[in-house]
Amino acid sequence: MDATKKQDVRIGFYICHCGSNIAAMVDCPAVARYVEKLPGVVLSRDYKYMCSDPGQELIQKDIKEHQLDRVVVASCSPLLHEHTFRAAVEAGGLNPFFFHMVNIREHDSWVHTNKVEATEKAKALAHAAIQRVAKHKSLEVKKVPIHPDVLVVGGGIAGIHAAMTMANAGKKVYLVEREPSIGGHMAKFDKTFPTLDCAACILTPKMSEVGSHPNITLLTYSEVAKMDGYVGNYTVTVKRKPRYVIEDQCTGCQECIANCVYKEPKFHDEFNEGLGKRKPVYIPFPQATPQVVAIDPKVCLNFRNGVLTDKCKKSCVTACGEKKAIDFTQQETVQDIKVGTIIVTTGFKTFDAKRVPQYGYGKFPNVYTALEIERLVNASGPTAGHVVMRDGREPKSIGIIHCVGSRDKKTNRWCSRVCCMYSMKLAHLLKEHTGAEIYSFYIDMRTPGKGYEEFYDKLLEEGVHFIRGRVGEVTDWAMSPEEEGKLVIRVEDTLAGYVRRIPFDMVVLATGMEPQADAQDVRRMFNMSCGSEGFFLERHPKLAPVSTFTEGIFIAGACQGPRDIPDTVAQAGAAAAEALALIDKGHIEQEPNTAFILDDECCGCKSCIPLCPYTAITFDESKKKATINEALCKGCGTCVAACPSGSIVQNLFDDEEIFSEIDGVLAHD
Amino acid sequence: MSKPKVAFYWCASCGGCEETVVDLAEDILGVVEKVDIVLWPVAMDFKYKDIEAMPDKSITATLLNGAIRSTEQEEMARLLRRKSQFLIAYGACAHMGGIPSLANQFSREQILKFNYEDAPTLANGDKTRPQLSFTEAGRTVTLPQLHNVVRSLDQVVDVDYYVPGCPPTPKITKAAVTALLEGKLPPKGSVIGPDHALCEECTRKDTKPDKWDFVEFKRPHQKLMDDKCFLAQGVVCMGPATRAGCEAQCTTGGMPCTGCFGGTSRVRDQGAKILSALCSNLAAKEEGEIDATLATIPDPVGTFYRYGLAKSILRRKVSLPANS
Repeated sequence: MDATKKQDVRIGFYICHCGSNIAAMVDCPAVARYVEKLPGVVLSRDYKYMCSDPGQELIQKDIKEHQLDRVVVASCSPLLHEHTFRAAVEAGGLNPFFFHMVNIREHDSWVHTNKVEATEKAKALAHAAIQRVAKHKSLEVKKVPIHPDVLVVGGGIAGIHAAMTMANAGKKVYLVEREPSIGGHMAKFDKTFPTLDCAACILTPKMSEVGSHPNITLLTYSEVAKMDGYVGNYTVTVKRKPRYVIEDQCTGCQECIANCVYKEPKFHDEFNEGLGKRKPVYIPFPQATPQVVAIDPKVCLNFRNGVLTDKCKKSCVTACGEKKAIDFTQQETVQDIKVGTIIVTTGFKTFDAKRVPQYGYGKFPNVYTALEIERLVNASGPTAGHVVMRDGREPKSIGIIHCVGSRDKKTNRWCSRVCCMYSMKLAHLLKEHTGAEIYSFYIDMRTPGKGYEEFYDKLLEEGVHFIRGRVGEVTDWAMSPEEEGKLVIRVEDTLAGYVRRIPFDMVVLATGMEPQADAQDVRRMFNMSCGSEGFFLERHPKLAPVSTFTEGIFIAGACQGPRDIPDTVAQAGAAAAEALALIDKGHIEQEPNTAFILDDECCGCKSCIPLCPYTAITFDESKKKATINEALCKGCGTCVAACPSGSIVQNLFDDEEIFSEIDGVLAHD
Repeated sequence: MSKPKVAFYWCASCGGCEETVVDLAEDILGVVEKVDIVLWPVAMDFKYKDIEAMPDKSITATLLNGAIRSTEQEEMARLLRRKSQFLIAYGACAHMGGIPSLANQFSREQILKFNYEDAPTLANGDKTRPQLSFTEAGRTVTLPQLHNVVRSLDQVVDVDYYVPGCPPTPKITKAAVTALLEGKLPPKGSVIGPDHALCEECTRKDTKPDKWDFVEFKRPHQKLMDDKCFLAQGVVCMGPATRAGCEAQCTTGGMPCTGCFGGTSRVRDQGAKILSALCSNLAAKEEGEIDATLATIPDPVGTFYRYGLAKSILRRKVSLPANS
């Protein structure tokens, strides 16, 4: 307290009522009166809404009229309004870091039930801030230039839309996709709800635009292996898997496929969910982008267990002829690209229906997942849109089970958001294709979205039967002659109030959405966080939905949580806009709360070097001292605490500031 | 013009610091030539009342070694403070409490009981304890009383400078005396010596790896040590958290640093600092494994606070009264 006097600071203190958010639990005028008497405090006010324009103007006016050189505001979380008040302090003519914020809402009024105690706590916290702010130093916001190129990871609809938006704005975009073609899950869908637009018709033009866009470098069959650097200056290592075809030389004529030594396709076709077959040399689907074939070394005769044997007669090479696009000697290559921002759109994985064994997927051939049905009803699917079951019959009755692997404590607790809608879409399409009797078993019908509820109404009119109840099991055990040879769905019809057994030819499981299997690796690579369910975590669920906790890295689409195509595209656009905003600013403003090494004092003991979670610290061999890359430092303070000789200091968190704060909070009794 | 007056005094210390003054060897003659020594109980016969009779501030500088753990020591510290222009805490005990302050882990009663009753080497059948006063044949003799807590000099009186070390090296002693005589004094409160950590001057520095990844800590006798960084060999070395200036005599001589120079000026708690550096560099990441690694340090307080317990944030066992 003596030090405050000696420094002769002039502190202005403001306590915000936040309407009744704070004032209902904290006696704001009493806190203001208490702070007024503290050393160094020139004025102390309480005010209804400090974040309002008049509140901010009050600070600016007081700075001028009372020659304030320090400002403390006690209000909400700094996450919300620190920036607001720093700006106000700066507008008043002070360095914005001569400001400190006290959180008496989240930390006090919202979590206490006793007004007297909450008020005392507010006083103690305010006292701490008053003592701390006296020690604050003038700091400068550093500007770091930003590399204008962008990396988009994942070529589903989110990645495609984000890449196109950025490319159309004149930015160079690298789009990395691990499959041989972009398109993602959407390319597999037949129609989209609720408008029943043909998915391919709206997606494939965008795909080919991506393929031919001068600003987009498309890296398919590739994966990001490593990311280094910091916002504005990322170096990304991309691993390019060998597809045994030289992309630039392949014209997509597919002569090689026609002339493969395998006359008939006989291998698992990933794109058609295994319902169709493909050859070792293949193009995933007719509109694949790029229009370049790939060779699967696991089944190609020219390989054995993935190792080149060169024992096939290579009719594909002959067919390719002068184009010489096939290269069996291709090896995995690694490419480094430099970008300033990254948009992660790695999408989702569908729930594995085998995890709900009572529904019989994998046991009964006529139990299908929804994604399989998408391929079955698709005109370019394995059956050219003709709905036939694995036993060759056409289904006369179909049961669709909602919420498979969603809203279930045993599997995934969340609602996957799209299943009700796509189940109804499939009900409509299946009815259209087969004329079958269709039952939909739902827990709750969730149709929030433009035109979604209307779509439900339409389905009701079309005569699809909706039964409310979670299905108990799918069984082939017949209890009556009409159940013979059928799959029986046993369910409690919770509207009718009794347990029913309904026989079907075909059962469709509306599987939910899950994080990708390697989501944790991706998260680590890009320094992101995941929520408890494993989807990537946005910086703020409401106010920063496409930002992450790492600057310059954005997320969009189902990698952040289950969502449908319109929401995904909207998010992708938002992520592109956020990235553009960063790039077009030309530089990054860096919070100055970074750590730095006291060069003369560092003894080079290297204690700090392995500790930095952002790899910002390196050892300078010439000086034999540690150095911190300020642009990489996030101000976490780990190295500061660990430096055994106290030779690392963090702006805004130096010992003097922290100890003053502790003294202050303890000074109030 | 009369020569400046200098006093040497000892409190709770082992006598090693006195030895260092003698270790100045022929240089001491130069010092003696330039100053008048007015008090030096270990070598010369002066009486306390001689000092009491002197005018205040008439001693230019007092070099006081040892911690303050008895009423007599506190009295003398206050007296010498009054009589001296500069009071210099000389050596680790005066500077930070030193090894005597490890006693702050125990109460006075525990210490007396052990030393006069329970110690296995004791032959004190009557369990006689020292008395504060004793009268025989009409004459009363008194003994000073032990404080509850051992303190560094500056926890009792205002201190102008600190000369670190257990004991201070002749070189650093000479630097301090020279600075005094030539009037080239650093800001009040300074520790005489460099303000970086020991690794800077350690001959083993280049063998320090980028990652320690401690799996187990070893004590010097448990390991046949080579000439690599001690920490790289899993031996606790206080070097990274300890002020340099000793010319790395221990590490050069084959023993790890035990921290006698204290932390740098930027560090409030030397023990806490080395602890956070070592603990953040453990290989183990799970709680059980971490505990197992840390269990290989048998005496953490004696290891990390060997010289500085009195001056640390811990200061004393919390259940002990601050002072009597």
